Amino acid sequence: MAILNFGYAISRPRAIDVDNNDLRKSNDIIAEMPELQACIGCGSCTASCTAAAITDFNFRKLHTAVRRGEYKGVYDELSKCMLCGKCRLVCPRGINTRGLVMLIKRKLGDF
Amino acid sequence: MAYRVVIVGGGAAGMQTALELKSRGIEPVIVERDIELGGKVRGWHKLFPTFVPASDVLFPLAQRVKAARVRCFYGQEVTDIASDGVTLRSGERIPADAVVMATGFTLFDAHRKQEYGYGLYDNVITSVDLERMMNGGGVTLADGTKPQRIAILHCVGSRDEKVGQRHCSKVCCITGVKQAIELREMFPDADIFNFYMDIRMFGPGYEELYREAQEKYNIHFVRGRISEAAETIDKRIQIKAEDTLTGRPLRMTIDMLVLLVGMSANYENEGIAQRAGLELAPNGYFKTVDNFLGAVSSNRRGIFYAGAVTGAKSLADTLAEASLTASAVDDYLKEVFNK
Repeated sequence: MAILNFGYAISRPRAIDVDNNDLRKSNDIIAEMPELQACIGCGSCTASCTAAAITDFNFRKLHTAVRRGEYKGVYDELSKCMLCGKCRLVCPRGINTRGLVMLIKRKLGDF
Repeated sequence: MAYRVVIVGGGAAGMQTALELKSRGIEPVIVERDIELGGKVRGWHKLFPTFVPASDVLFPLAQRVKAARVRCFYGQEVTDIASDGVTLRSGERIPADAVVMATGFTLFDAHRKQEYGYGLYDNVITSVDLERMMNGGGVTLADGTKPQRIAILHCVGSRDEKVGQRHCSKVCCITGVKQAIELREMFPDADIFNFYMDIRMFGPGYEELYREAQEKYNIHFVRGRISEAAETIDKRIQIKAEDTLTGRPLRMTIDMLVLLVGMSANYENEGIAQRAGLELAPNGYFKTVDNFLGAVSSNRRGIFYAGAVTGAKSLADTLAEASLTASAVDDYLKEVFNK
């Protein structure tokens, strides 16, 4: 008799595994928008975000994860963005955050 | 006859104080523990934020001290100080009309943060080791090859109660940015990561350099303290941290780990302070009368401070403060002896 599935499984590690992540897409994104690296993680984009006010959308976390080579679910998550552009108005480092949403979607389109 | 002021320590602070006193017609005497002048800046490669060679500052300073014929004692350690002179380890006493403490700081010993493996793993070095490498034969891994991936860890021995160092050492953030840029120039294809807690860019041009490091030199800044480092079988180093901006743990293997070691108070401060009746700050540095108008004065009249002996300071701040110290000493001598 086959072993029953008791619902136990080996959990996948949550850690960001920089060694095994494919950083090519993230390097592409940084190369196209180098100012993205100037992010100081202040959270102004997320604080001003229309989508974040009504969903758990967090643009700061998303683009930071993308820079570390974590792409899973990012494309779908980004469809919560309504491209209102308020984040771009508040970014203290002058990053074109609205353009960044478009850039990440373009680069991760086939992911 | 000119008043005589003994300056304890012949680093940047001591030399600059001596020159300023000399130009005011006061006779400075430097007592240096080492066999030459220069202090901690000796052996440093380039200075933040302008990449000026450290020797471009140190050499002219030492030359001027020599040209001004400042009397220097070398290889002599001061064990006790008072407003009327200092006592050397040999027992000899040098009388003076005022004393300036310019004994600086002690580098934090990276061995104490055992979890980072300094002294255990071949390719874990300190920021000071890196400067020496850049000043000498160049930067390579222990086996002579080029690093492909480098991590620089901020706050080693700073803001860390576990090693009794609560204070911020102030200069490491900008040093980390400077060294990251220097490494980028040496290794254009390497991945360079700075792991930081906060980035404190307090000086002119620092924030601008930080931004340049991010944008122009593509240095990755990860907010999170490396919790541990372990050597892999092929002599690389595996590190763990939290990438706090994504809220997830992060793991990676690197070729070289650079520890930005902080500034600690000298161990000798306690004894000297106790015997001289001087107050120490909780972190072991000498305590000044206040942070504003008495920033170079001790609680004992006739004993003054210059440079990092009262807390972590950059070279620029130290040189500026030394001039202030000379001015305070001059005022004191006029007030006490010219009445």
